Amino acid sequence: MEEKLIDRDTKNEVDDSMLTIEEFVNKEYEYGWVAPIEEELFPKGLNEEIIRKISERKGEPEWMTEWRLNSYRLWLNMKEPRWANIRYDTPNFQDIRYFAAPKMRNKPQSVDDIEPEILMTFEKLGIPLEEQKRLLGIAVDAVLDSVSVATTHKEILSKFGIIFCSMSEAIREYPELVQRYLGSVVPPSDNFYAALNSAVFSDGSFVYVPKGVKCPMDLSTYFRINASETGQFERTLIIADEGAEVSYLEGCTAPIRKENQLHAAVVELIAHKNAVIKYSTVQNWYAGDREGRGGIYNFVTKRGKCLGENSRISWTQVETGSAITWKYPSCILQGDNSVGEFYSVALTRNYQQADTGTKMIHIGRNTRSTIISKTISAGYSQNTYRGLVRVMPKAENARNYTQCDSLLMGNKCGAHTFPHLDVRNPTAQVEHEATTSKINEEQLFYCRSRGIKTENAISLVVNGFCKEVFEHLPMEFAVEATRLLSISLEGSVG
Amino acid sequence: MSLLEIRNLKVSIDAKSILRGISLKVGKGEVHAIMGPNGSGKSTLAQVIAGNESYEVEDGSEILFEGQSILDWSPEERAQRGIFVAFQYPVEIPGLSNLEFLQSAVNEKRKSRGESPIDLWDFEKMLREKMEEVGLNPDFVERSVNEGFSGGEKKRNEIVQMAILQPVLAVLDETDSGLDIDALKSVAEGVNKMRSPERGFLVITHYQRLLNYLKPDYVHVLYNGRIVKSGSFQLAIELEQRGYDWLKDEVVV
Repeated sequence: MEEKLIDRDTKNEVDDSMLTIEEFVNKEYEYGWVAPIEEELFPKGLNEEIIRKISERKGEPEWMTEWRLNSYRLWLNMKEPRWANIRYDTPNFQDIRYFAAPKMRNKPQSVDDIEPEILMTFEKLGIPLEEQKRLLGIAVDAVLDSVSVATTHKEILSKFGIIFCSMSEAIREYPELVQRYLGSVVPPSDNFYAALNSAVFSDGSFVYVPKGVKCPMDLSTYFRINASETGQFERTLIIADEGAEVSYLEGCTAPIRKENQLHAAVVELIAHKNAVIKYSTVQNWYAGDREGRGGIYNFVTKRGKCLGENSRISWTQVETGSAITWKYPSCILQGDNSVGEFYSVALTRNYQQADTGTKMIHIGRNTRSTIISKTISAGYSQNTYRGLVRVMPKAENARNYTQCDSLLMGNKCGAHTFPHLDVRNPTAQVEHEATTSKINEEQLFYCRSRGIKTENAISLVVNGFCKEVFEHLPMEFAVEATRLLSISLEGSVG
Repeated sequence: MSLLEIRNLKVSIDAKSILRGISLKVGKGEVHAIMGPNGSGKSTLAQVIAGNESYEVEDGSEILFEGQSILDWSPEERAQRGIFVAFQYPVEIPGLSNLEFLQSAVNEKRKSRGESPIDLWDFEKMLREKMEEVGLNPDFVERSVNEGFSGGEKKRNEIVQMAILQPVLAVLDETDSGLDIDALKSVAEGVNKMRSPERGFLVITHYQRLLNYLKPDYVHVLYNGRIVKSGSFQLAIELEQRGYDWLKDEVVV
C-alpha cells in the first residue's frame, strides 16, 4: 500500500513552486478513465419486469424477489424529499440503467479466472486482487458496477467463522442471516432512495462476525462505477455478534462523464451486546467539472443500530467527491451504555454541494455520542452540516458532544450548520460547539517562509484542521485521506 | 560580493510609506544588529526579506542575496536558497505537528536540490536534540506548531527551526522581546552556536540585552524608515544609555 501511494504521489506532481494560490491548476480527477471492459447491460428504465430480471440474473430466491417488488411498490407512492440544502434536477428514473455487469467468460472460481481487464482496472485503482499482489492485512471486496467481482482473504477469515462476501452470495448462501437483518435498520419504507435501493440493489458487501471474534484484519469494499448511464445501488450489511469487533473501510471512484450518475446506497450496521463496529469511508466519486457539469449524485442512507448494551458504532467519513453528497450516517443507541460516534470531513469545491451530518438517537440509558464535523468549502460550493441529536424519554443520563468547524476558502462558497437538538429527558447533557473561519493567510505564509510550497502549505494547514477526524481512520486510510485532500485542495483558493 | 545587499529599499503598506530608502550590506561571517524605536520599520524589513506579499516594494528598490535579486522570488524559494527569518509573532498551526512541519520544510529544500527525502527516524532524533539544546521539552516534536506555546517557547521554537534549516542568512525579528533571562540566554546560545564564516545574521531588536550576548560586528539605527546611524557594538551601548531621542535631534539637524 505504502509503495503504491508514493508512486501515485510522484505521478501527480507538477512543478508549481512559483504559482500563487489563485493560480493553482484545477487538477483533473485522476480516476476519471474508463476501462475497456465488455459489459452486460440491462435496458434503461424501471418497472417490475426489470426488478424480476435483476433478481433472476442474480439467482435469488423468491422471498428476495418479493422483497424487492414490495419495496418498488412502496417507492412508487413516495415523493422525493426536498428539504436538503442542495439544488439539482430530479433524475429521470426511466433514463437510468439499473444493472451493468462485466462480462465474464467463465464464472470465476478464483481470482485467477477473472478477466485480465477487470484485474487491471482494480490494479490501476491501487487494489490488486491477485493473491501475490494483495494488500496485506486488509481483505477487499471489489465491486464493479452492479456486481462484486472478487473478495480477497476469504479463506483466512472463514477460519475465524467470519463471513465476508458479496451481498448476492450472502442471499444465496446465508439466507437466514440476510432475512433476519436486511431492512432491520433501514426499512424499505424509510425514505425515497432507500426504497429505490431496496427494489433494485445490485451488489455490495455482507459481513458477519460471530460471537467473541475480533476480526483479524480490516475489511474493505471498493466500489467502482465503470458503465455509463448506469446507477449504482449497492447494499451493505454488517453484523457484529456479541463481543465481536470489526473495522470496515469503503472507497469509491467513477469515470469522468458529462451526465450525472446516480449512486443510491444503503448501509446497515448491527452491533450486538459489547460489539464494536468501526466504519470508515473515503468517498471520491467523480465530482463534475469546473463548471459543475456531470458528477455523481451520492444519495445514501447509512445507519447503525447499537442493539445490545455496551455496544459501539463509529462512523468516520472523508467526503471529497460527488457533485452532490446527501447522507447522514447515523446511530440508533438502543442498548444501555452504548456509544455512537461520527467523525466527518467534507470538502467541496467548484460547484459541489454537500448536505451531510448525522443522527444520534439515544434510546437506552447512559448512552453517549460524539459528533466531530469538519467542513471545508472552496470555489462556488455549498457545504452543509445537518445533525440531529434526539434523547428519548427513557434515555437517562444520555450525553452528547457535538463540534462543527467550517473552513472557507475564497468568498464565493458557503458553509451552513443546522444542528437539531430534541431532548426529552431532563437528565441529558447535550453540548454543541461551532466555528467558522477563513483559511489563514498568516499560517500559509509562515509555512512558505520555511520553504514549503503554497500547495503543500494549504494541505498541511487543512490536514491540521482535519486532524481530529483523521486520527480515527485506520492507518492506510489516513494516508490515503491526506493525499486525497491535498489533491482536491489544489485550485481551491480563489 | 556581500551575502545580503539592500539598496535603496522603499516599502509601503496600504499606501503608507514605511521604509524610505534603506541600504545595507551584510557579509558572510558578520552579525549586524538593527535597532530602533517602535514603529521605525524594523519588522517590515524582516517581513520583506522573508517575502511577505502584503508589503509593497517600490520600484528602484533592490535586495540581493549572494549577488542575485530576490524580489521576484517566492517566500518558499527564498527559504530554500538559505534565507531564514525568525518571526516576532510566530503563528500557531493547530493539528500540524512540529515534526511534520519541519520535515516537510527540510524535504522540500532537499528536493529543490535534487536530494532524497530525509530519514524520518534520524530527523526526529535530531529535532529532539535541537529542542533540548534550546531548553524546549523534546516531546514538543509531537505538539502542534506553536499551539498553546508560551511566548518564550515560541521564540525558542523559532531558534530550533533555524538550527534545523541551517540557513546562510538568518534574520531575527525581535526574538528577544518578552523573554526572561534564561530564555534569552538559550536563544543567544542557539544563535552563537550557529555563527560561522559562511553565515550572516541580521538581528533586529529594541533592546541591547540580547546584543550583550551576541556582540554584533555592526549596529545600525533605523528611525522613521531610514538608517540614521551605523557603528560598532559601542553604538548599542550608547543607545542603551541615552535612548533614541538624541538621534532624533541629530536627524533633524
